[in-house]
Amino acid sequence: MGAHHDDRHDAPDGHDRALRLGIGGPVGSGKTALVAALCRGLGPSMRLGVVTNDIYTTEDADFLRRAGVLDPERILAVQTGCCPHTAIRDDIAANLDAVEILEERFGPLDLVIVESGGDNLTATFSRGLADAQIFVLDVSGGDKVPRKGGPGVTTADLLVVNKTDLAPLVGADLAVMARDAQAVREGRPVLFTSIREDGGAPGVAEWVSGVVHSWRHRHGHAHDHADGPGPDGSGEIPVTVDRA
Amino acid sequence: MDAALLLLADSRLPAGGHAHSGGVEEAVRVGAVTGPDDLARFLRGRLATAGLVAAALAAAACELGSSVIDAAAPARRRPADLASESTGGGPERTGGPPEPIALWRRLDAEADARTSSPAQREAARTQGRLLVRTARRIWPSPVLETLAGAVPEGAHHPIALGAAAAAAGCDPGQAALAATYSSVTGPATAAVRLLGLDPVTVHRLLADLAPSLDETARAAHTAARPERGAADPESRWTPHPDGEGTADPDLADPGFAGDAWWAALPAAAAPALDLLAENHLKAGTRLFVS
Amino acid sequence: MTAPPLDTRSSVRAHAAIRTERGPGGRTRLETLRSDPPLTLRQTGPDVVHLVSTAAGPLGGDRLVLDVAVAPGTTLEVRSIASTLVLPGPCAADSVMLVTARVGAGASLRFVPEPTVLAAGCSHRVAVRLSLARDAAVFWREEIVFGRHGERPGRCRSRFDAVVDGTPLLRQELVVGEPAMDGSPAVYGTARCVGSTLVTGYGAFPAMHNHGDGPPRGEHAQAGAPESAPRRAVLGDGCAVLPLAGPGVLVSALADDAVQLRERLQWGEALAAP
Repeated sequence: MGAHHDDRHDAPDGHDRALRLGIGGPVGSGKTALVAALCRGLGPSMRLGVVTNDIYTTEDADFLRRAGVLDPERILAVQTGCCPHTAIRDDIAANLDAVEILEERFGPLDLVIVESGGDNLTATFSRGLADAQIFVLDVSGGDKVPRKGGPGVTTADLLVVNKTDLAPLVGADLAVMARDAQAVREGRPVLFTSIREDGGAPGVAEWVSGVVHSWRHRHGHAHDHADGPGPDGSGEIPVTVDRA
Repeated sequence: MDAALLLLADSRLPAGGHAHSGGVEEAVRVGAVTGPDDLARFLRGRLATAGLVAAALAAAACELGSSVIDAAAPARRRPADLASESTGGGPERTGGPPEPIALWRRLDAEADARTSSPAQREAARTQGRLLVRTARRIWPSPVLETLAGAVPEGAHHPIALGAAAAAAGCDPGQAALAATYSSVTGPATAAVRLLGLDPVTVHRLLADLAPSLDETARAAHTAARPERGAADPESRWTPHPDGEGTADPDLADPGFAGDAWWAALPAAAAPALDLLAENHLKAGTRLFVS
Repeated sequence: MTAPPLDTRSSVRAHAAIRTERGPGGRTRLETLRSDPPLTLRQTGPDVVHLVSTAAGPLGGDRLVLDVAVAPGTTLEVRSIASTLVLPGPCAADSVMLVTARVGAGASLRFVPEPTVLAAGCSHRVAVRLSLARDAAVFWREEIVFGRHGERPGRCRSRFDAVVDGTPLLRQELVVGEPAMDGSPAVYGTARCVGSTLVTGYGAFPAMHNHGDGPPRGEHAQAGAPESAPRRAVLGDGCAVLPLAGPGVLVSALADDAVQLRERLQWGEALAAP
């Protein structure tokens, strides 16, 4: 009675709202650099918002703001009370709230990226928060990491192995990582990147773009872009190295 | 609804509570809380101030929430309502139910008046908004719909908690208990994480506090219940201390059912918590929202 | 240690009153100035009244009431000559001090008494009930000292209720001498004094121009985003200038002694009501 609220964001079916993309991975693997690269790559063609969960509060948000890749107001920071995985998996209320604030302020949006705080290999996003998720590793953790698996590595819609330029320095064998990742991921895609060296991540951007397009197609999101074919995270993209 | 109370008070309730330290993060940063002893004093003081106030507001909100449910569901009307109906009151209670939107705002304003720190108000509204968001899906109810409509930016957390308690089928005493419980358990957990304290030691502190949690919740509930409050001059001596021709119409507006009582609800201040909350916002590194 | 009662009088009831009215030329005139010992009032200026304590105490069992009414468009300042030393009395009952104040439209009230000192063994209750018109200017200072030098304080509950045009602005109760409060880092920490000053209607503090914390809701969403945060507090050492949700500012301070408390409050007051 008299309530003027809008329930549309509570609908888990995702009707008529932006795709929510989770980006997780261990500390230092390059999540924030990837977010910045995606903002640069996708910003011109998509309406974006970003939520960061860095444990050092606004560190990531500040980095992104300084990078100038996105209107600073479209970047919100969420504090996670020392528990980054809780905020993306067990108790997603604060992140959902931040996502909805962005949609309310700047909507309609095409894509809201939720960057998790750096955590371990078991951290994954709740389906209540993220419609698709990317897990970012870097080669400096050693080439055994993909073999160890863990929910992030095995179940993420896209696995990104970053900092390939460091592979020779840390003695990591990219071929081994690719083989192991493929083995544990049952065909889900893996991309190898060196965001710093390449000044971006075009392959990842292309993958995200495809996911957004198929999301729109499925959920009838009003937009002013043509639907593209593109992959939707169901395995069309093979293991590739993200180099032009 | 004891089981519903457990669900509501459980720290696993996905409503964002895990990211609030209730001032502990700043207290740790400035060295005011360093271990189990000062943590115990912190929790005891917090319970006696912020905890008591939160519990009273939660009980009042639950009381109001229950009346919203009663008004919305004819099948569940109480005997008194039915009696008034038989005397020609019509399908609604005599005079109609109080407008819930106005009452929620009024109660929320009482919470505002008891929270002088803007940082604390902001934290309370953020937590309240997240709790209502979560509770609306868990316990769908006109209580939470009217509250969300009345205060879309987020009601103060104790009010959201009381409303959620009503929606879950809890009574005001239980709502008060949930409030006292969460007023110390969140900060205690934050201290465990921030100081690396032995979690068993800290839970022992909480167990020692348990009788005080009960007692504080009872006091808060008494203050929030008109019929019991009236019988207990101790709980509401302030607005009308012994008459003396000082009755204040502003504090006893007969237009709203709960008003006069809400004015007299506990308002114990914690100046140190206010300072901690404000300083916390200015700190460079924060792991917790508050 | 318990301070013995200083005299053997039985408890007293007193009801004093101050009322202003608009005199010729719009000047403030004291329409009523009613002393009732031990609450003795002295006019010390055209619109200034000093509270002169004419007995020890208040003592346990005393019940003192002061009614203040500031008529629309008038001004009043209430001060006191010395600190109030609250003592235990011959009977176990609490001492009670009740102050009611109504401040009309366009009126101004400064209520700035000297501190209340809680002697050992006292059991004191204070209630202030302040009812304001929206554009009334009020400057109301309250200072509580936890015992004389080296003394453990007795008990005190001091409740303050301010209502603006029927909407609650500030309700707070300072409780001293309860085991739960003593030494709690959440309540007074290591302080020996607590004080606050409510300022309304002076208009200079930017926050005063806002009414309510103000949606849009996003304003509340980001505790961590300074750029979206409205109405921030101003912080000093042991002191905060807190914009209230309603039209007013509370200066809140903790201190080791009465001198430091006054300094801290005055620092904040200067920001709240320059």
